[in-house]
Amino acid sequence: MSDLALAGLSDSLLFGAVLLYTLAMLGFAGEQASRRSHRVSAAAGERSSARESAAARTRMMAGAGGPALAAPAATPPPPPAQRAPSRAGAIGLALTGIGAVVHVGSVITRGFAAHRVPWGNMYEFSSAVALCAVVIFLVLVAGRRADRALGAFVMVPVVLYLGLAGTVLYTAAGPLVPALDSYWIKIHVFAAVLSSGAFLLSGMVALLYLLRCRHDAQVAAGRTPRFPLSMGSALPAAPALDRVTYGVIAFAFPIWTFAIIAGAIWAEAAWGRYWGWDPKETWSFITWVLYAGYLHARATAGWKGTKAAWIAVAAAGALIVDYYVVNIFVVGFHSYA
Amino acid sequence: MTVTSDREATRLSTAPEPVAPAPARRQSFLAPWRRAWRQLTSMRTALLLLFLLALASVPGSFLPQRGLNPVAVKQYFAEHSTLAPVLDRVYAFDVFAAPWFAAVYLLLFVSLVGCLSSRLRLHAKALTTAPPAVPRVLSRMPSAERWETDAEAGAVLEQVRTVLRRGRWRVVVRSDGGHEDADALSAEKGYLRESGNLLFHISLVVLLVGIAMGGLLGFQGTVLVKEGDGFANTVLAYDDIKPGRRFDPSRLVPFSFELDDFQATYGDDGKALTFLAQIRYAAGPADGQRPYALRVNHPLVVDGAKTYLLGHGYAPKVLVVDREGNELSQTVACLPQGPTFLSTCTIKVPDAAGEQLAFEGVFTPTTVQDPVNGQVASVYPAPENPALTVLGYRGDLGIDDGRAASVYNLEDRTRLTPIGDGRTPQKLSPGQTWDLPGGGSLTFVETTEWATFQVTQDPGKVVALVAGIGMVVGLCLSLSVRRRRVWLRLSPAGADRPPGRTVVEIAGLARTNSEAFAGEFARLVDRVRSTAPPRTPSEEPA
Repeated sequence: MSDLALAGLSDSLLFGAVLLYTLAMLGFAGEQASRRSHRVSAAAGERSSARESAAARTRMMAGAGGPALAAPAATPPPPPAQRAPSRAGAIGLALTGIGAVVHVGSVITRGFAAHRVPWGNMYEFSSAVALCAVVIFLVLVAGRRADRALGAFVMVPVVLYLGLAGTVLYTAAGPLVPALDSYWIKIHVFAAVLSSGAFLLSGMVALLYLLRCRHDAQVAAGRTPRFPLSMGSALPAAPALDRVTYGVIAFAFPIWTFAIIAGAIWAEAAWGRYWGWDPKETWSFITWVLYAGYLHARATAGWKGTKAAWIAVAAAGALIVDYYVVNIFVVGFHSYA
Repeated sequence: MTVTSDREATRLSTAPEPVAPAPARRQSFLAPWRRAWRQLTSMRTALLLLFLLALASVPGSFLPQRGLNPVAVKQYFAEHSTLAPVLDRVYAFDVFAAPWFAAVYLLLFVSLVGCLSSRLRLHAKALTTAPPAVPRVLSRMPSAERWETDAEAGAVLEQVRTVLRRGRWRVVVRSDGGHEDADALSAEKGYLRESGNLLFHISLVVLLVGIAMGGLLGFQGTVLVKEGDGFANTVLAYDDIKPGRRFDPSRLVPFSFELDDFQATYGDDGKALTFLAQIRYAAGPADGQRPYALRVNHPLVVDGAKTYLLGHGYAPKVLVVDREGNELSQTVACLPQGPTFLSTCTIKVPDAAGEQLAFEGVFTPTTVQDPVNGQVASVYPAPENPALTVLGYRGDLGIDDGRAASVYNLEDRTRLTPIGDGRTPQKLSPGQTWDLPGGGSLTFVETTEWATFQVTQDPGKVVALVAGIGMVVGLCLSLSVRRRRVWLRLSPAGADRPPGRTVVEIAGLARTNSEAFAGEFARLVDRVRSTAPPRTPSEEPA
């Protein structure tokens, strides 16, 4: 097959993946809707249970540092509302899986079309980052470390992101500028792609955690949350979201550190200095410092919970600045594509 | 067993406890200092300093920085004549060398070292002391099981100990199981978590040392070399030099090289594909020359000095004949102005007989000429149709008074008069000659190229690399290893039970990723159950 045909195939596959992800998103959303209607019927119970858990949280905070809570709650919490098993959600998950396979196909054919690693410009990079985010999400769901109810919320940004990548950032397959012609592109950029996919996913989950916390606080106060907070009832419980955020960041942070160090080694070979505060380097550093802050915050009294989640969101924001604002608006050594 | 030891048992982290108000002791004059020190080394302060560091870096990425792009700084000054000096006073163009930036990271590192020293001590203690005593009430632990068995307590204990040892747990058998006549053991695993954590933070300090070494003892210089010319590594040979504060020029590696040929290839869209500088280098004055293909990503390394290919441009070779017929040959480095390598050239001929000569114009590698106004442009970076288009001047170049003058432009043209009408530039292809009105000529002989090289020496580089490896290894350990403890207690069931009946109590504790520990604990309990099969309390031995 000619390079041009391969590149065309890659584009079609990406389009197919976006289509599948969109359908998956609808599937997940269908499941959400059925769950929510299920919930509404048990609204009273839910509200009281949410109030209960909020009260328990307050107790825990008050008791932090003291002996573990031994006294049982006055009334045993009602059993959690049975999650309505929905075929729509399972279909959504299956479609996400197929979409990821098609997406892998798109990335690989792109690499063959350009005769190099498929992350040489911003379009390819964005596609690969989105793929990593989707795959990590699927791995989490398969390992029962994340609820597939997150699917709808995760797929929306993925679809938007890929849509932007495929239109605004699209670059035809071609060779690399000489500075990128090094085996370090395989190592440095792959590590950056993988950790970025994870970081963007964690940023999304951190946002959902914040939404869930607000939702819970409103329910505990006896108010009915309005849109968008009303979506909170379809989300996994706040501690579960917090755990997913932390787990994904703990996975990605060493990889990001490695990506920066590999980049420094490459910069030393290409430009004669391992660190020069180029805008890209500066924002990678800012991102790194913010994630380091997140990991410390999560172990610091008074910074756990929503404050830490806001840091995770800010760090993901810094990452986006690192890739898009710096590449497009700031001229530096990394301005390639 | 006291409550305090139970708390000791559940402390899995060597993180400092939140600062508690110090008991009202005799006020020493050191007290405020101690308080300040404790405040500085607290996690909360470290967090704030981290955020401050991130925030402090932001202006460095949006304002031009002298260390990175001094030309852009000059341009910024030209465009913002009132704002720029104000910004300059607060080091906005040297953010990463600013005292306030240094203050933030130095405070952060002081805080880090303070925190590290106490954690190192605690971790060393944890490594050298046995896992903590068995808590009195095991059922209160997050994971706990209890059953009765007829198996012999001593044998069960020995077997569990073997199982745990094999799983690389640190195990200690205790006679003080919290109850009379009880056999017990404490086991702990995952010390590498804190080891990794400490390794990471120590590596950060080492990294700072490596960076400081580079800044003090390192050296960086750039030089432009034309094809056919050479370079010898001395301070004076550089066009631009940035030595570290403690750099000793005698430590410059005495190597030299000659640039034989520079080649660049381009794609159809004009994007560069490859750069290659073919050089011959000698490692020292007494060494013979060896050829080397210097490319981007493939620097020349001689005794710790690295030479990099940094940039390139065109250097048309010209022959000037003055009024008296003297031939003055020159190769002129032209400065590229864009991706198609339209380059500005200045040719100064101070040695021309009679009046000095100067030419100013552009070199275009792939030339197109506007048929209407005669303007030249370049459409492709490779020399497919090169041309040199210049205006000529006669007179006094104003460079004989010994002042340093740029070779790239005519600074003082007050005593120069244009040759011809001074408006119509002369376009020359290779081999073409312009016979100057009033005598003399200018011939564009051929197109050659130049390349810029950067030479660096950084003795801190290896230190920084080792620190980087330490950081990654330390992070992987501290974020993936889980610290956890288990306790086992086997105590006689009591007088109301059948003789030989033993109560088995097992409990576990993990601080991080308790889901993963739950599985591990369940498997351990299964193993213990298989050696000490449970009996229901009512069941009598058969």
